[in-house]
Amino acid sequence: MSKKKKQDEQVKKEQAKAYEKYVKQFTPNPKYFSNAIKAFFIGGLVCTAALYLQNLFMAQGMMKKDAATAVTVILVCSAQLLTGIGWFDSIARFAGAGVIVPITGFANSMVSPAMEFKKEGLVLGSGAKLFTLAGPVLVCGISVSVIIGIIHLIIDK
Amino acid sequence: MDYLWAFIIGGLICVIGQLLMDFTKLTPPRILVIFVVAGAILTGLGLYQPIVDFAKSGATVPLPGFGYLLAKGAMDAVKIDGFMGALVGGLKETAAGITAAIVFGYIIALIFSPKPLR
Repeated sequence: MSKKKKQDEQVKKEQAKAYEKYVKQFTPNPKYFSNAIKAFFIGGLVCTAALYLQNLFMAQGMMKKDAATAVTVILVCSAQLLTGIGWFDSIARFAGAGVIVPITGFANSMVSPAMEFKKEGLVLGSGAKLFTLAGPVLVCGISVSVIIGIIHLIIDK
Repeated sequence: MDYLWAFIIGGLICVIGQLLMDFTKLTPPRILVIFVVAGAILTGLGLYQPIVDFAKSGATVPLPGFGYLLAKGAMDAVKIDGFMGALVGGLKETAAGITAAIVFGYIIALIFSPKPLR
């Protein structure tokens, strides 16, 4: 009886391996080089545009810190608007990390699940799902910042 | 010249993200977390500030810049307020961005409905 079970398991394993091989034939290899080039140019473009806006605001007499904050807010809001009208996914499919790594990706990661789960209500649907992806980022980032602050407190004394 | 360096450094940070996505099986949320934490730790070690001085928006707009702001806020506040500064500083520095993302994101999510990928 147990011998049969073992045989069954082995057959299953072999089948799984064969299937993996079979699937691999049809999965396209990611185009590493062209993906990287696209990410480089789009990401660079986003950063350059941000710098241009910041310089524009500073020329209007804004403090450097306020100008940087204003640019961040503009980037976040425009990325969320693009997500809302459905263009961000198309852009992200082309640019990959070029729009996911800048702050625009963070903004997009908040809106898209919130939109997706709107049917579950305004509180537990959209309200909660706003943080499915942004939550981990905020939790890890803030935790690390507090630890760094405490370490600096100890070192400076 | 500033624009050129912002373009190059910003682009390079994005390429690192793209390579992480293609070569490892890390999902985008994990990459976001890695970038923010890496930015914060590099700032804590004093390695990220020179990049920011050099590349400006090229270093602050990508996600490591978010970690940079968090860590910088905590480090600056600690000098003035001591222990409470560590708790207050990070979020204080990033409050505008996070609040805008939450409020505007919520409004957008209420107005628009998801569309099929074109």
